[in-house]
This record gives sequence, structure tokens and C-alpha cells, in this order.
Amino acid sequence: MTIFEYTIVIIKVLFVVITALTFVPLMIWLERKGAAIIQDRIGPNRASIGFLRLAGLVHIVADSIKIFFKEDITPKFVNKFYYYLAPWIAGFVPFLTFAVIPFADKLVIGDKEIGMQVLDLDIGLLWFFAIVSLSVYSIVFAGWSSNSKYSLLGGIRASAQMLSYEIPMGLSVISLLMVFGTANLNEIVKAQGNLLFGILPNWGIFLQPISALIFIVCAFAETNRTPFDLAEGESEIVGGFHTEYSSMKFGLFFMGEYISIVVSSALITTLFLGGWQVPYFNTQALIDNYKILIQCSLIVASLIFILIGYKLYDHYEYHKNRWKDSRDKEGLIFSILSFITSIFFIIILFVFSNIEHPYWLPSLFATIAQIGIFLLKVSFICWLFVWVRWTLPRFRYDQLMNLGWKGLLPLALANIFVTGSLMLFLE
Amino acid sequence: MIKVKRDARSLKDNLYIIEVLKGLAITFRHMFSNLLNLRKMPVIDYPNQEKGIPKGYRGKHRLTKRENGEPKCVACMMCATACPANCIHIEANESPDPTVEKYPARFDIDLLECVFCGMCVEACPVDAIRMDSGIYSIVDFNRSDFVVTKEQLLATEPQDTKKQKLDIKDPRNPWNRL
Ligand code: SF4
Ligand code: SF4
Repeated sequence: MTIFEYTIVIIKVLFVVITALTFVPLMIWLERKGAAIIQDRIGPNRASIGFLRLAGLVHIVADSIKIFFKEDITPKFVNKFYYYLAPWIAGFVPFLTFAVIPFADKLVIGDKEIGMQVLDLDIGLLWFFAIVSLSVYSIVFAGWSSNSKYSLLGGIRASAQMLSYEIPMGLSVISLLMVFGTANLNEIVKAQGNLLFGILPNWGIFLQPISALIFIVCAFAETNRTPFDLAEGESEIVGGFHTEYSSMKFGLFFMGEYISIVVSSALITTLFLGGWQVPYFNTQALIDNYKILIQCSLIVASLIFILIGYKLYDHYEYHKNRWKDSRDKEGLIFSILSFITSIFFIIILFVFSNIEHPYWLPSLFATIAQIGIFLLKVSFICWLFVWVRWTLPRFRYDQLMNLGWKGLLPLALANIFVTGSLMLFLE
Repeated sequence: MIKVKRDARSLKDNLYIIEVLKGLAITFRHMFSNLLNLRKMPVIDYPNQEKGIPKGYRGKHRLTKRENGEPKCVACMMCATACPANCIHIEANESPDPTVEKYPARFDIDLLECVFCGMCVEACPVDAIRMDSGIYSIVDFNRSDFVVTKEQLLATEPQDTKKQKLDIKDPRNPWNRL
């Protein structure tokens, strides 16, 4: 490998890690604000650095400082090695799964090709399942090594749940694999670029709605999210497997949970929502029509910023005397900034329309647009996780097992059978 | 033994998906209408904006005064007797005023033990103790600071209804939705 290739790999790894890490605070923020808005509340809005409140985002800074400096208690009765190992597995294994997710089509500049994926594996999907199964270990280790009955029960519950839901999850993907004929995630995304019956994009969710449903339900169970968050139960088993953890050790579990949500969303997007495909525009169409598309997106962006600026100014006017310190000015500052941004976009638009474009611009634009649309889809699925959490109550344990073994498993098998027969029939 | 008959869950319930979608629709409706009009949400900006307290709300106690500024209380111990939490401690003393027999030399209420039942107010024969201060958040740093003395009780003002920042009729006032 040349120096150039090494640099590219390092940049890609950094991109993936930083994206996953930025999604964590955003998810926490989304969770709090989403919960608040759904429950007719405003949500956190008080913490501030100077005049900066950022609609509650600063709370996350406060939280992370707090969690770092809390007293770190290790109970005497734990099995030290596994006790310390568990949070690290929980916090860092989900990053590995991100490696196989493609976030854009290959970037072709001149004679150089750059794949937008850290690991372009032919068995990408299997890699995902293999690594996701590893995170069961963190729960088993944490539950057993804590040596307390709450942790043990929580660990047993969570690991039984994850193991049982892994089966329908894997089976639901099989029917998708039969349709696309490959386990390479980039190939799967490429196959979703065409149109189905000339109107719908050829996404997995339209080709295999049942398997999409099963997969999404199992993803909720795998990430231990409501309605399947039986690993914790405030009334019966306290915090479940992380009862005995405190400070940053708990923080790692917490972070791992959110990263695995992001990773699951990325995989759901890749398999069922067309991954990086911009609907109705495949990569070639993006490159061919780049001029008009860039112009349109600049206009839309500047309009959006004008709207945001107006809204923020309105907010500032309404809450002029709310805090009676510099925080009152925040709305004004940000509204001016967003007006400036929108003017800036219009200037770019004029400059763009009147100059000679470098030869690499169209393909770079296609890549950026694809990354953008991919992140947008991932954020939507993340929002789905939050939305479901604040809608549904927790399942009872026997209901959970019934649903998994008697509901989803036969459904996934039937889906494979029907898909196979249809494919045979249509040939 | 009484056997409660429960309706068997229908197929629709067992499918979950329909009910789940219904639930999601409800939460989405809430979210959407709230996002469109953040200012109509039934919340108040609490420490910056206080809600009005309805009449008859039992807040922190206060002792009423005579015209000359002396406490109305005649140290009859009726309130301390009526108090179910035994949290009123009174020391009676002979009053210098010849028209008044006794006055409280000490009058302490331990607010941590008080259950805010209002019995003391009902029991008082001379309307000397009231709970109309409208103070509902009682916070301090030490346990001992929650024992309010006679001086503090005398200094507590009744709720100024005109100074209420949020009208009791305001749709955002949670009391209004009870
Ligand atoms: S309100 Fe009830 S508990 Fe409190 S001091 Fe009066 S009688 Fe005692
Ligand atoms: S407050 Fe009323 S009831 Fe209590 S001692 Fe004084 S006069 Fe008697």
C-alpha cells in the first residue's frame, strides 16, 4: 500500500469513529427532547456555557463531566477481571460493526477509486452478526461477575432475550439475501438503486416488508430498548446487569447502548432503506445532473436557514426577559448567524454558476450527497427508536419469549418459504 | 372465591402491530402539534414564572397580628393539641398587655414533620394561625432550618394575589386542568 492509501484508510476510520461518537450525545439529546415533546413538556433547557444553551445540548457536556468525576466504586465481592472487562466490551465492540457499513458509493477521481467503507467484505452481513453477538458477552460477564442477585437475574434475562431474538433476526435477513443474491453490503445497496414498477425505489422495505418488520423488531430487542428493555426493571431487579457499576464504567454501558442503536439504525438503513442511495437518483444521475442539483440544494439550504433565522428571532422577541442575563441574547445571535449563512449560500450559488468547475467536483458532490442522505436516513431510524420508546410500555417476560419464538420465528421461516416459492415461480 | 372473567385478547390485539401503530399515531400527533406551537404547551417556565395558587391552598403557615403588631395568638394550645403530627411547640407566657391573658413566648413549627393538613387553622379560636401564604416550595440546607420560629411565622406575608405572574385562568396553568 502506498502512503496515499494509508491516509485514506485512516481518514475513513476516523470518519466512522467520529460519526458514531457524535451520534451518542445527539441521541441522548434527541431522547430527552423527544420524550419531552411527546409528553407535552419543554425538556432540558437550563444548562449554559456563557450565553450558549443550544436548546439543551449543553446538558450533555454537564452530564459527561459529572459521570467522569463521580466516585468510582468497585464492590468487594466482584470477580475483578470480568467485572472490568464487561464495560469495555459493551462500549467498544459496536464500533467494529460500523466498519462494514458503506456510507457512499465509490468515489472515482481521475484514475483513483476510493471505497467509502472501512472494510469492504464479501461477508459484510455475517461480520455484523458475528460482532453483534459479541456484545452478549458484556452482559453475561457483567451479570455474573457482579456477584449480586439483581445483576445475575438481569444478565440472564438480557442474554436469553438477545440470543432468542438473534435467530429471527438472522432468518429475516435470509429472505433478503435471496432477493439480492449477495451478502456484500455495498452490493446490496447498489441493487436498491433501481426503480420498482417505475415508481417506488427498489428498497428492501418494499421488496420484503415482512422481513423488514421482523428485523426492526429484533433490532429493538438486540439493543435492549423499550418495549424489550427487560434487562432493566426498576421495580424488580433495579438496574439489571449494570446495578453494581458506577461512574464511567456505567458510562461505557450507556455509551455502548447508544452506539449500538446507531449501528442498528445504520444496518436497517443499509438493508431496507436503500443505504446511501438518493431516491430516484443513482450515482450516475447524480454525476450527470450535478449542476442543477447543487443549485437546487443551495437554494433550499438558504431558504431553510432564512426560516430558522426568522423562527429564532421570533423566539428571541418572545422570551426577551426570560433569564435576565446574556442567555437572553442567544436567539438573536443565532438568528443573525443563520441569516449570514443563508446569504453565504446565495453567494456560493452565484460563484458556482459563473465559474469553470474542476473535473472532480461532480463525483465529490455525488459522494457528499450520498453521505448526507445516508446520515439523514440513519437519524430517522434513530428517531424511530426514541419514538417507540416513549410510546410503548415494557413487555412481560413471557410475552417477550412468546413473541420471539412463537411469533417472529415461524413468520421469518414462512417468509423465507414464500420468497423462495415466488422466486422459483417468477423465473 | 370470585373469578374475574377477562375477555380473551382478540387476534387484532395479539398481532400487536395495529395497536402499536395506533399508539405511535397518538404520540406523533402530540409531538407534531407541540412542535408547531411550542408556546401553547401546558407548561410554565417554573422558577422564572410562578403559577397562581388557588384560594384555600394550604401553604406555609403564618401567624396573624393584632393592630399593635403583637401576635393574635393567645397560646391556648388548641392547635398543638389538634396537630396530628405533633409538630407545633408552644411556650406560653404571661402577657404584659392587661387585656390579653397569655402570649406565646416560643412558637415553633417543624415543617419537616408537618403534613399540611390544616387542622391547626381549623382549631384556632382566634384566627391566629393561617396557611394562606401561598408558599409551596419550602427548601433549605439544614434540617434545623425547617423549624420555623415565631418571628419567621409573623414575618410571613399572605399571598399577594395581584402579584401572581401567571393568571389562575391561564390555560397553561396546571391547576386549571384539575
Ligand atoms: S398543618 Fe396539620 S400537621 Fe401541620 S402544623 Fe397544622 S395541624 Fe400540624
Ligand atoms: S395559634 Fe391559635 S390555637 Fe394555636 S395556640 Fe395560638 S391561639 Fe391557640
